[in-house]
Amino acid sequence: MSRTRLSPAGRGSNDADARLAWTLVLPALAITLAFGFLPIVWTFWESLHLHDLRMPWRGRPFVGAGNYLEIVADPRFWSALGHTGFFVAATLVIELAAGLLLAMALDRVTRARGLVRTAVLLPWAVPTVVVALIWRFMFESPGGLASTLAGGSRFAPQTWFADPVAAWIPLLLADAWKTTPFVAILLLAGLQQIDRSLYEAAEVDGASAWRRFRHITLPLLMPALLVAALFRSLDAFRVFDLVYVMTGGGPGTATEPIALYTFATLLQHLEFGLGAALSMIVFVMAFVVALASIRLFGGRAFLERSA
Amino acid sequence: MAAISLEAVSKVYPNGHAAVRDVTLGIDDGELLVLVGPSGSGKSTVLRLIAGLETASGGRITIGGGDVTDVAPQERDLAMVFQTYALYPHKSVRENLAFALEVRRMPAAQIEERVRAAATGLGIESLLDRKPAQLSGGQRQRVALGRAIVREPKAFLLDEPLSNLDPLLRAGTRAELALLHRRLGATMVYVTHDQEEAMTLATRMAVMNGGIIEQVAAPLEIFARPATTFVAQFVGTPSMNLWPATWSCAGAAQQMEAASFSLDAAKAAGASAAQDGSRLVIGLRPHDIDVTPIGGGDVDGTVELVEALGAWTTMHVRVGTDRELIRVAALAGPAARPGERVGLRFRRDRLQLFDAATQRNLLTS
Amino acid sequence: MTRPSWRWSFVTAVIVSAVLFPLGWAVLSSLTPESRLFQAPGLPRALVLDHYRALFDARDFWTPIRNSIIVAGSTTALSVTFGTACAYALVRMRFRGKTLVLAFVLAVSMFPQISIVAPLYLVLRELRLLDTYPGLVLPYLTFAMPLTIWMLVGFLRQLPAELEEAAFMDGASRWRTAWDVLLPLAAPGVATTAILTFLYCWNEFLFALSFALGPDSYTVPVAIVLFRGQYQVPWGEILAAAVVATAPVAAIVLVAQRHIVAGLTAGAVKG
Repeated sequence: MSRTRLSPAGRGSNDADARLAWTLVLPALAITLAFGFLPIVWTFWESLHLHDLRMPWRGRPFVGAGNYLEIVADPRFWSALGHTGFFVAATLVIELAAGLLLAMALDRVTRARGLVRTAVLLPWAVPTVVVALIWRFMFESPGGLASTLAGGSRFAPQTWFADPVAAWIPLLLADAWKTTPFVAILLLAGLQQIDRSLYEAAEVDGASAWRRFRHITLPLLMPALLVAALFRSLDAFRVFDLVYVMTGGGPGTATEPIALYTFATLLQHLEFGLGAALSMIVFVMAFVVALASIRLFGGRAFLERSA
Repeated sequence: MAAISLEAVSKVYPNGHAAVRDVTLGIDDGELLVLVGPSGSGKSTVLRLIAGLETASGGRITIGGGDVTDVAPQERDLAMVFQTYALYPHKSVRENLAFALEVRRMPAAQIEERVRAAATGLGIESLLDRKPAQLSGGQRQRVALGRAIVREPKAFLLDEPLSNLDPLLRAGTRAELALLHRRLGATMVYVTHDQEEAMTLATRMAVMNGGIIEQVAAPLEIFARPATTFVAQFVGTPSMNLWPATWSCAGAAQQMEAASFSLDAAKAAGASAAQDGSRLVIGLRPHDIDVTPIGGGDVDGTVELVEALGAWTTMHVRVGTDRELIRVAALAGPAARPGERVGLRFRRDRLQLFDAATQRNLLTS
Repeated sequence: MTRPSWRWSFVTAVIVSAVLFPLGWAVLSSLTPESRLFQAPGLPRALVLDHYRALFDARDFWTPIRNSIIVAGSTTALSVTFGTACAYALVRMRFRGKTLVLAFVLAVSMFPQISIVAPLYLVLRELRLLDTYPGLVLPYLTFAMPLTIWMLVGFLRQLPAELEEAAFMDGASRWRTAWDVLLPLAAPGVATTAILTFLYCWNEFLFALSFALGPDSYTVPVAIVLFRGQYQVPWGEILAAAVVATAPVAAIVLVAQRHIVAGLTAGAVKG
């Protein structure tokens, strides 16, 4: 019988214990409440009011669902949502595939394991803004690395960042570069849990490498893949730093994800009520995904987020 | 060294489970009291209540005459040896032994002296600078003991200290513990589920079942006069045979009638207390049944199973249509073979009589 | 492990190069004179430290570095302290509302930062904490503490309480026991969360951008992004700053990669 709780005797012990416990929990709880929970409550309340800081004479009247209706009618909102959806889907596909490949490669590496792991972890640890800047630099035109390498190829655009479609390429590449290693490490853990003897048995039965992958690796890795997928989706959904620094949402608003649109509404247009409503929408959508994942996998997956 | 007493102590967990119910027990200064019983009987809980690692739901606990019911374990001055030894893995053996003394701010020289003495006494001086992970199971157990000895506490509490050792080591260590007890003259409360261990070590034994103490007495007393049917079949290997029977008195004769046989049981202990027509449970230990050629005993039966253990042999014999086999133990010698028909002779004076309703021995009720 | 083959080694080599290339290119470019940055390819003839010099002399990059160190350091220290205390209570003590506390703290850590940046701004303004260290540390704690709490709860649950009970029997108070017995055993878990927390704070951008009012309060990520050139984007200096910003992070990864991987995968494996 292994106990985890300590409940020794002592004068008035039960009460003293409970008091001590609350004292230990209080700082964490208080900070979380004040700087996490209450702000969300405020955001919700604010989203029900009209509050435009550029027009202070209008005061702060209660408008109920007014802001939400305005947002739903706003084409820029739907574009932002579309951009976000595209970004989530594209990065998911790229990162899971590349991550799986990398994980399988890492699984087989025996030499200089530590060095390889370090090299692979670096992108994950680099600040997102730095990633954005480096990749921006490489794709800057004229004269940047990407343009030079693409040469006169007819596929290469004149200027990457001025083209609403081409601008996505450096964005996706940069996110893939930063995040794939992290996904790979998660999947590697899952891979290493697969019993080697299953592969050996399959080889003896004459299965090809592809067959072994499809019938052993993939199904047994599914839980890890799902964890990685759900939790990457959540982060991709909230993307901000990368786009803000690399394209600013541009050209125009061609690459603007929902978080950036919210930021613009709040801090550029100073429309707090509207911004709050947008914030709530982002919050609810993120929360739904998060809740579904917790149901399936337990809360632990959430905390190992990228730095 | 101190005496320990529990008065009507109980422990009920928040989920309603009553691990210990109304236990009253006195442990004399210097005795080795063994709490023995099956899993879930509450014996470990009683030990933890004495230690102060659990809070009693009711009752009083005193140590050396002082009420400690509300006193924290830190203040009770008891030393405990845990089943898993609970050695501090990041500390060396020396630091493990010295920890409690450092907590009490004993001067370093004195600590060193005590640690050395305890280590030498247990034969672990050469291990003082190792870490627990580098020790074998037996060595760890000694360190756990050393940690307790070094403190010179009011009493020692031992929670199944031998159960993690392999059988060969167990017997040897058991003997050493007995010698240790004699040498230190310490009050020891010892928990085990192994009744053989209990019998050999205890000055007195407390047999527990379902949160209550069924009997407290010296081992041989418990063996000879078990107070309840539970104690009767728990203590002693192979366990006592128990038969439901009806008692009838006809003049001077007193008979017990079990399902497949009847005996005149006038010589049984407690026969005088038995009433005509009462329902009883009759007990007889396997060692008190002799094997005779067929027709030469009190009943005849067929041997179904023979277990030869070397020093003695156990035979399981079917009598009549009884579901239960009768266990017979005989000193090694030519044993009967499975399938053989034999006679069984019961030693009347060793019969134990228990009331079927209360399951209590007629002698002690 | 399946048989390593040269094919996979090749794949690994390709991937590692792809991973290190942008960083290498950035370092190289940061040592290239500005005029050569966007010209024809080929390694520059001479490597110069001009950008780095400009970074520290003209731009006073020391200030953002100092700010980042203080903020990340304080957050880590406080997060580990409060988080560990909270985890201890959640695992080792009995009190009502335990699951609620854990669920609550976890839930808050999942809030999108953008959703609370506005009210946080207003709260910090009320408390006059804008542009101060606590003004950044407190929001960071809200997101960093759950990591510590969760990891340590998992860790502590695996340590049997018997060790601490033994310490109690030896006469050690709860405090002494926690300090002398529990913490040394929990140290690996604590170290990992400290590293992850530090990295999170060092790299954070949105809050640092929103709650700083002037260049003196910028942290490193904000300072780099807000570099302004007189006539054009000062790529050379930006890249030099990027290298300086990444160096400590790279050092941590190099030293602690085993820990980091263990921390990241502990959850994924156990699920």
